[in-house]
This record gives sequence, C-alpha cells and structure tokens, in this order.
Amino acid sequence: MSKKKNWPLWEVFIRSKAGLSHRHAGSLHAADAEMALEMARDVYTRRNEGVSIWVVESNNIMASDPEDKESLFEPASDKIYRHPTFYDLPDEVKHM
Amino acid sequence: MAEKDLEKIFQDKVDAEIKIEPKDWMPDDYRKTLVRQISQHAHSEIVGMLPEANWITRAPSLKRKVALLAKIQDEAGHGLYLYSATETLGVERDDTIEDLHSGKAKYSSIFNYPTLTWADIGAVGWLVDGAAIMNQVPLCRCSFGPYSRAMIRVCKEESFHQRQGFSIMLAMANGTAEQKRMAQDAINRWWWPALMMFGPSDADSAHSAQSMKWKIKRFSNDELRQRFLDMTVPQCHLLGCEVPDPDLKFNEETGHWEMGPIDWDEFWNVVKGRGKCNHQRLRDRKGAYDEGEWVREAAMAYAEKKQQRKKATQAA
Repeated sequence: MSKKKNWPLWEVFIRSKAGLSHRHAGSLHAADAEMALEMARDVYTRRNEGVSIWVVESNNIMASDPEDKESLFEPASDKIYRHPTFYDLPDEVKHM
Repeated sequence: MAEKDLEKIFQDKVDAEIKIEPKDWMPDDYRKTLVRQISQHAHSEIVGMLPEANWITRAPSLKRKVALLAKIQDEAGHGLYLYSATETLGVERDDTIEDLHSGKAKYSSIFNYPTLTWADIGAVGWLVDGAAIMNQVPLCRCSFGPYSRAMIRVCKEESFHQRQGFSIMLAMANGTAEQKRMAQDAINRWWWPALMMFGPSDADSAHSAQSMKWKIKRFSNDELRQRFLDMTVPQCHLLGCEVPDPDLKFNEETGHWEMGPIDWDEFWNVVKGRGKCNHQRLRDRKGAYDEGEWVREAAMAYAEKKQQRKKATQAA
C-alpha cells in the first residue's frame, strides 16, 4: 500500500444519446468531482460516445456480495407466473 | 466452502464461458497472473507513447500530425482503462507504477527500439500496432470481465492506428527514391522485433498452458505469430518493399508463409534491459512521474480547500 495521499477513484457513467440511461463506462482517479468530470470527458468520450456524464466516487457505491447471489436472485427464478407466457389465451384473442 | 470446491466452481464457470468478476472467488494464482499481465499491458500502452511522441513536432503535415496526436492520446486512454482493470483486483495504481519504475514489472520490449525517421512512425503503426491488435482481439474474450471489457474498447479504438501507419508507409513507398529507401530501412529494423512481440515459442513460454486453461489466453504465441505473418507479408509486397528474411517462403501445400528462425538472444537481451532504449524509456517515465508529483499534490490540496470552503458557506 502506498503511503501517499492518492486521488480517489471515481466511477464514470455515460448516456450515449438522449433517451437512453447512463451506463457504466469505467473508472478513473481525480482530485474531486469537477476534475473527475473533465477527465471522464477526455478518457471515455473521445469519439462522441456520450451526451451526458455522471461521476460517483467509488467509495459511495454499495455493492451486493457475490456470495449472496443465490439468496438474492434465485427466488425470482421459479416465479414463472410473473411472465406473460405463463398465461394461456384462447386462439380467438389475437392481441393482449 | 473448501478451497477445492471453490476452485471447481471457478473452473466450471470459466469452461462454461461465464465471466469472472472482481468480487467473485478466484484462485490466488489467477489473480496474480492477471495483475501481472494487465499491469504490464498498461505499462506498454504508456511507455508506447514515447517512441511516437518523438515525432509529433516533426510530422510532415498537419493531417499527419493530428492523426498521430489522436493515436498517442488513445494509447494514454488505453493505459488508463487497463490500470483501472488492474485496480479491480485489489492493487493500488501507484504500486503497479512503482513496479514499473523499479524494473520489477516489464512492458513490451518493442518500445525499447528507437524511432529514427518518419518512416518508423509508419512502420510502428502498421507492424507494431498490427501485431498488438492480433494479440488483443482474442483478449476481448478473456475470462476476466474488466480485462475483457477494456480490451473491447481498446480494439474498437485501435483499428484506425494500423491504417494510419500503413497510410504513411504507402505514401513513403510511392514517394521519391529517398523516401522508398527510408520505408525499406524502417521495415528492416521493425520486422523482426514485431514478430518477437508474440513472445517466446510455445515450447519456451512459461505461463502459456495455465493461461489457456483459465481462458486468459485463447491462442498460442506461435499461432498468433503465424496469422500475423500471413496477413503482413502480402501487405509488405503491396508496398513494393522487401521482407528482411532470406528464408521466407510460401508453402503452396499449407497456404501459409514460412519464416526463418527468430534471433531469441536479441529478444532476451532486450527483455533483460540491454535494448537500445531501455534506460531512456524508464528514465523518461520516472521523470514524468516525479516531476508531476507536486501537481498531483497541489490538485489534492486545492480540492480539499474547495470542499472546506463549500462546507463553511453551507454552515453560515
């Protein structure tokens, strides 16, 4: 571990065009949020990849633990009645 | 869960082409291999800027200059994507950079050769980026998610680099007698080092077998080298230039080009630090890092001051 006080890590999210949501593009180091925005522009949008950028300090992200994957996500896998294909319709009904 | 079971779950995922993400369990050696490989890849991108930067101010036209600047800026970006990918494995960026500066970590030996004339910039783009792309495309399917995602971005952006170089070579090869001579001279000096970029022959490659099993690596060094040879020889002929290999011949039966033996003593000499520019490259990188230290500190101090001022205004 370095003893030096390093610039914190930021996660960069980019909206590629109006109408789409921001999507994680990568991360970078910057002294503060303003600098992170400026750098994100240089590092992640050199070829018109975006129309809007979010930066979030990585420390502020709470992530789920991969070990909890089963307890979190498995309960959804047997609930097929949450999908429209679970319900049979008479042939006469063309659209629903 | 026992280590053996975890390892089986891990390998099953890799075999099923399910990506491994940073917080997933992974064998220590897998992590170490990735830290070594991705950080050295990052160092290569950053050190790789140096031989090209040598020619920015002397580019022959504005068109060539903006293209070269864009390419070098891309290399900086690629270094940053890759350092970020390394950091997802729990190492600090500063530590990886310190390993570069101390000589513990390597970077691609190709950047220890000098760029003597403008034709070298053409040869670097065409041959060096060409070989790099050949190596990098399979890495887009690497089992480690962050590395694979970084490589997808890199490959997308790099496709113009090789064309940029070949376009310089075309102009030189179709130019005056002196320009043609420079083009051939650059090919003579870059041809063999470019072929060495694929690394030692499969039989002598220390990490190959394990990396293949972990799907970090998809093709052997020799396979990729052969693909590069088959692609590049006809391009060299198209330029009207000679391939500097007296043993080069086309095998009609296999449909492949066959090359003469590589001078592996030269390769290992450069890896071990005895290339033409090893000393200069490390000196330049360390210089840039050390001279930039006050800037990094000042930016941090300024950010903290701004933060405090903001708090004070909010409190008032």
